[in-house]
Amino acid sequence: MAQGISRRDILRTLAVGAVGGSVLQVIPAQAAAYAHQMVHQEKAASATGKYVPKYFSVHQYEMLTALCDAIIPKDERSGGAVEAGAPEFIDLLTSENEKYALRLGGGLFWLDNFCTDRFGNMFLECTPDQKTEVLDLIAYRENARQDHTLSQGVAFFALLRSMTCDGYYTSKIGIADLQYIGNTAVREFPGCPPVPE
Amino acid sequence: MAQIKRTPPKYDVCVIGSGAGGGMAAKILTEGGLSVVLLEAGPPVNPEKDFKMFTWPYELAHRGAGVGGHARENFGEFLAPNGAWTIEGEPYTSAPGSNFQWFRSRIVGGRTNHWGRIALRFSPIDFKSGTRDGLGDDWPITYEDLSPYYDKVESYIGVFGTKENISSAPDGVFLPPPKPRCTELFIKKACDKLNILCIPGRLAVLTRPLNGRQPCHFCGQCGRGCVTASNFSSSQVLIPPAMSTGKLTMLTGAMAREVLVGKDGKAEGVSYIDKATKTEKRVHARAVVLAASACESARLLLNSKSSLFPNGLANSSGTVGRYLTDSVGSDGWGYFPQLEKMPPHNHDGAGGEHMYIPWWKFDRKNDFPRGYHIEFGGGRNMPGVGMFDGVCYDEEGYGASLKQACRKRYGTTIGFSGRGEMIPNADTYCEIDSEVVDQWGIPALRFHFKWSEYELRQAQDMQETFRTIVETAGGEYRAKTAIDGQYPFGILPGGKIIHEVGTARMGADPNTSVLNGYCQAHDVKNLFVMDGAPLVTNPDKNPTLTIMALAWRASDHLLEEAAKGNL
Repeated sequence: MAQGISRRDILRTLAVGAVGGSVLQVIPAQAAAYAHQMVHQEKAASATGKYVPKYFSVHQYEMLTALCDAIIPKDERSGGAVEAGAPEFIDLLTSENEKYALRLGGGLFWLDNFCTDRFGNMFLECTPDQKTEVLDLIAYRENARQDHTLSQGVAFFALLRSMTCDGYYTSKIGIADLQYIGNTAVREFPGCPPVPE
Repeated sequence: MAQIKRTPPKYDVCVIGSGAGGGMAAKILTEGGLSVVLLEAGPPVNPEKDFKMFTWPYELAHRGAGVGGHARENFGEFLAPNGAWTIEGEPYTSAPGSNFQWFRSRIVGGRTNHWGRIALRFSPIDFKSGTRDGLGDDWPITYEDLSPYYDKVESYIGVFGTKENISSAPDGVFLPPPKPRCTELFIKKACDKLNILCIPGRLAVLTRPLNGRQPCHFCGQCGRGCVTASNFSSSQVLIPPAMSTGKLTMLTGAMAREVLVGKDGKAEGVSYIDKATKTEKRVHARAVVLAASACESARLLLNSKSSLFPNGLANSSGTVGRYLTDSVGSDGWGYFPQLEKMPPHNHDGAGGEHMYIPWWKFDRKNDFPRGYHIEFGGGRNMPGVGMFDGVCYDEEGYGASLKQACRKRYGTTIGFSGRGEMIPNADTYCEIDSEVVDQWGIPALRFHFKWSEYELRQAQDMQETFRTIVETAGGEYRAKTAIDGQYPFGILPGGKIIHEVGTARMGADPNTSVLNGYCQAHDVKNLFVMDGAPLVTNPDKNPTLTIMALAWRASDHLLEEAAKGNL
């Protein structure tokens, strides 16, 4: 559905045609109440004000934010992973999953250590060229095959990359970027539009 | 001293389980005038609260991944209240060398809340496994016996499809199907070149109003549960009419423990745990119907030991728990660059396939017995967690190039799932694990499961077929499966397809079966089993439609027998 028609509207429309008695039907009032709850949740999620990380330290969360921004940046067509709320999403899941905590938390420590050894600065204090150099190394499995000391960094970045995509493409911005059309009620399924040759 | 509380009054029938079989039994029996008490282990379902229809991923804090991302291990956070393969407090075990994954859905309506709605009839030949090629046994009934009940079920619940006159896909009573999606037309073209059958799908989804239910509005979210009951679930389509007869008493949060048997060898009721009060209670009834899902019903029988039935109730044959099968399953996927030029459009449709591939190689000798159907789908679905795992793995990198790769890849992949027939084998069965009990003290099941060469070769054929279709369509086959190891050719572990059946099979011979052709226990005339347990064959068709047809037929028989005073 166009990201403006509310769930409440759709449920109300659907309920109009319903005939009671033989099946368990939606009750418009209750459906509307649920939709209100969902909308409220959405508003809470986008409230401004500094986010207090649930798992990561403030420093780590800053690193996470910078990395998410590098993984899916803003461009001329759409905002990036940070605007889409990917860091909060990753922080939430990590606070509930020990495996993520080990791999991501450990990975961030690894990254700071690596940068300190290589450039004399932690990741966030490195120059843009230095950051690019590091990310170019850990963004490819082949580099860990050639240099085993990169293994932890590569594994960390692979997980972070997937989770950043998860956080981005499940957001309003990401879904719009893909031009997904759906999540609505239609009387008849329109079938396949003409495809350009 | 604590007492076991007796729960008067006496009912005509106690039904255990409110899924496809139990829901059908409840409806037919109450409409036939009998009083029914239905024990459901889970809570009531509440469509308004439980069904996340029209919810965007970003309206959930976990975006669909669930707490800690663990919902991805089942079917995601959006799926209608589902069970899981792992439930805290409800353990089961696998024997060394076996790995059976046992799915339980603990809620009114059970798995029918979230099932795939694929509604396929078994073929006449599926009832003749023994006669056919000696692998497996004949049913004590024929397709002709069951066909009127397939008609009744399809007419009542509503199934869309088209009449195709294909022996591996018997025609039914159909509503018109929705138009195919772009991806489905695309694959159909390739199938036509390969002489692989590709026909409209058959789903328990309405495309016309039926019995007070509205037709589908094509949001593609059947799995989330449907507030308008446009797709079929027992909770929304079978239980309500049963309730409206005034003859159904439904007890939720009621975990059945064992079937009670009188000195005369007849079932006289059920002992269950009332979860809310953690007390043991009893209901008394003139007949008992087990429909707790195949292995759960077997478990109940095995746990209902008495001096008359030392090996478990109705188990003089020793076959309760035996002849367990699940569908053969293997998945693959392809990438189709041609789909990049597809304009953005609404691809949702009904929550399942508008086209599918029924078994097509029935006219030749294959190097494995029986066959499989193929479900396929992909394209411009609602984005969700995990959607770009493949791109991340293939492209690696980060930044503008990764973002561009995701944009390019979106909508261009199609997945394939083969679902085929497993031949029952002596190494695959369930039994009681005497050392493990669940949180209510009910002895748990131990599973033994083995794929034979037949199933592995079938999985291999599935992979080869997927590759051939993908490449004929001009795509790249991307799935990688091992040739050896624990899961050759991507064959999924037993239980993962969630079509487990056969554990209280029907048969003409009481020495090698538990039930007769009416799902009635040979040993105990007032005991019936009406879920997946009675099925003798687990063919290349999903079992649910057949479970419901058998349950309706068995319920009609129960009504007749009750009227004659034979129970």
